[in-house]
Amino acid sequence: MIRIGMAAMLVVLTTTGCASTNPPVADTSDLEALYWERQEAAIQSYTPADVSFMTGMIAHHAQALVMSRMAPERSASGQVKTLAARIINAQNDEIATMQRWLRDRGQPVPEIHIDGNHLMVHGAGDHSMSMPGMLSKEQIDDLAASSGNEFDRLFLTYMIQHHEGATTMVKELFGTDGAGQDEASFRLASDINVDQITEIARMKRMLESLTSSTQGR
Amino acid sequence: MTQRFPLFLLVAALVGLSACAPKAVMDTATGLQISPPTPDPRVGLGAGLFDAEEAIWNLNKISSTPPPEQFVGVTNSDLAFKDNYVFQGNYNGVVIWDVSTPGNPVLVKDFVCPASQSDVSVYGDLMFVSGEGLGGRLDCGSEGVQERVSQDRLRGIRIFNIEDVRNPEYVSNVQTCRGSHTHSVLKDPNDDENVYIYVSGSAPVRPEEELPGCSSAAPEDDPNSALFRIEVIKVPLDNPQDAAIVSSPRIFENLVAPPQHGASPADLEELEEARARGAFIVEFGGQERIMPAQFVGPMLAGFMAQRGGGEPTAADSAAFREALPQIIAQRFGIQDSDDDEGPGRGPTQCHDITLFPELGVAGGACEGYGLLLDIRDPVNPKRMDAVADSNFSYWHSATFSNDGKMVLFTDEWGGGGQPKCRASDPKEWGANAIFTIGDDGKMEFQSYYKLPAPQTNLENCVAHNGSPIPVPGREIMVQSWYQGGISVFDWTDPRNPVEIAFHDRGPIDPNQMGNAGSWSVYWYNGLLVSSEIGRGLDIFELVPSAAISQNEIAAARTVELDYLNAQGQPQFRWPASFALAKAYLDQLERDNGLSRGRIGEIRAELAQAESASDAASRRMLLSLATQVSTDALRAGDRAKAGMLAEAISALAAGR
Repeated sequence: MIRIGMAAMLVVLTTTGCASTNPPVADTSDLEALYWERQEAAIQSYTPADVSFMTGMIAHHAQALVMSRMAPERSASGQVKTLAARIINAQNDEIATMQRWLRDRGQPVPEIHIDGNHLMVHGAGDHSMSMPGMLSKEQIDDLAASSGNEFDRLFLTYMIQHHEGATTMVKELFGTDGAGQDEASFRLASDINVDQITEIARMKRMLESLTSSTQGR
Repeated sequence: MTQRFPLFLLVAALVGLSACAPKAVMDTATGLQISPPTPDPRVGLGAGLFDAEEAIWNLNKISSTPPPEQFVGVTNSDLAFKDNYVFQGNYNGVVIWDVSTPGNPVLVKDFVCPASQSDVSVYGDLMFVSGEGLGGRLDCGSEGVQERVSQDRLRGIRIFNIEDVRNPEYVSNVQTCRGSHTHSVLKDPNDDENVYIYVSGSAPVRPEEELPGCSSAAPEDDPNSALFRIEVIKVPLDNPQDAAIVSSPRIFENLVAPPQHGASPADLEELEEARARGAFIVEFGGQERIMPAQFVGPMLAGFMAQRGGGEPTAADSAAFREALPQIIAQRFGIQDSDDDEGPGRGPTQCHDITLFPELGVAGGACEGYGLLLDIRDPVNPKRMDAVADSNFSYWHSATFSNDGKMVLFTDEWGGGGQPKCRASDPKEWGANAIFTIGDDGKMEFQSYYKLPAPQTNLENCVAHNGSPIPVPGREIMVQSWYQGGISVFDWTDPRNPVEIAFHDRGPIDPNQMGNAGSWSVYWYNGLLVSSEIGRGLDIFELVPSAAISQNEIAAARTVELDYLNAQGQPQFRWPASFALAKAYLDQLERDNGLSRGRIGEIRAELAQAESASDAASRRMLLSLATQVSTDALRAGDRAKAGMLAEAISALAAGR
């Protein structure tokens, strides 16, 4: 559409290095004020269901961290270790996002403390451990006591249960009048939903191949 | 080239030496020698909304235009192009720009009609917009929809008439069970009366009370389940108001590819280490793997039993090592073609489907899988192959090489709202994976490519949308990485993708992670147009460098499109031009595909022909084409020299 002439070439000569520049500031101060005003306004449209979802999901994610942190020492397979490492990375980031979502809206922010296999969540109210998919204390103990192939089998089985619980929580959120309208809430819940559905399918495959290769022995 | 731009090279060299010591990267297949700036200027950029610090390399930023007032502070999304217009989706509607003067894009229409993600496409006089979020209304109102079940809600595809681009008119909509996160418009080369829209929706299924027939039950309980399928909408071009779903292909049926992944550098290192300490290495699923200890014991025991039992000696162990491939083949070989391990339904949806109608194929990025589809029958796409990769979290989109022999999939790990480009994040996660496609339609993993510059935890960053740049004879792509900026890379050699240009800004917010960065950047008629989520519209152009010559850029500019939807990939064709021939010459010089002396002679003859009269020029070019065909027979790079001969011959024919 346009051609690079000599003038453009000269621009190249001056900018093609590794330039870090402050661009010239046009008069965008009004737009900038409007931008931050709208960011502020956008966080006003949420419902108690959104708050409850975020609060609960922080504790839910925290348990996935407890489970996944066991893998490096106990897992037999590189695939399970990789999966666990990615769950730690992903859910840590999501916990930070959800904590910030609550903080931005002046809501109590649950803090999580993990001591070995023991999880403590402060400030999650009565959500604590009764959410869909949460492992019982016995299940956590079983997982902690296992190693090798048995750990892999239990880890996948329990994490599938755990993830399915999370997708149930998303379903409940979207099934509530007015919930999930907030862009950040819709996006976070949708992302958790697709990521965990994808991971469930992957874990089912891994579990099947684990079972068939165990039988193959 | 040295004779032509001595000043340029000198200055470039000086900049390279003085500003930052370059670390040269060389690709042996393409001869590409890159000296990326070090330290990387993208590290440590200052934050700001419209005044963030910027870093740019081998690109020129032509303009940055903030969003129109009604769209400020609301997410900008995907882009489509028609004539001189850019259609920029926004969660509040669509912004239409006239970019006839790229230095000064002119706002044509700020069309308010809220819905996320407002993924936008165009065809002829029609514009299609995706709606997925819960607040989208049939009447384009801004008040949202609060009720769980409502007859006011739009989730699906909106269709507008844009004959008068200043006044889009609502024609119709097609509601779908999962809404439309993205969509792809298919123009079948054999059908001029309709276009087809492949709808991808990743949100949960709507209640049946809201849209009859929507079911989220498992398909074995309800054959009409909205899960595990995609939707195909047929749009009659003469009667777009009659657009409707015509099929819901279950392209995932019996998908059983296991979650393997291509060998990363770390994997290869581990393999070497294992080999050195004498571990048993087996080939499984086309890849070398370390055999887990728990398998070695029982297999060795079985092997010893066949040899009469006893404790294995060193000789037994060596024999076992030799027999291992056969044992593995016997034990697992049959499994590959055996589909009897359960229903194996695979993903419930795709995120994005990139259609390549001229080749009759599509790349589906579908949850845990990358699919290759045959779309010659638009209503009934068929799966040709599927790949899975345990390094990939969420398959997001696909881009083909121009000849369709390679495909690049992206992994939108974390959904785009998370900072996945930190120094601590693995290079194989949230990256691109490059596959070659064999004659049998099977995909084979080659390598990963991820934005090389580490970003902060204030910047959401992961592989996102991009498109090919039509540099003839090479595969070059420009891609968005959200707040990681945009990255231009060469993947001609699929084993060694290499970055050749970039632009990046500091975080939008100095204190916390904001929602910003490039959502998508696409090449369109010489421009690289980027949709900045928070900051508006950026337009760039390539500038010549060691990585890309002036002639290659000029040849790319000869490709002119009337419209572009990046998810409907066009096959580039280069009209005859001197730039094209010179671009090939530059490439032959770069990869030593032809002798320096010969290249100089051909350049001189081309220059003569360019300034000669038509008749004389034709004679010279015909003769030169014949000579170059002969050169090609003994050239180091025969294929490229052959392409040069063809390009010269086409030039002669046009005189």
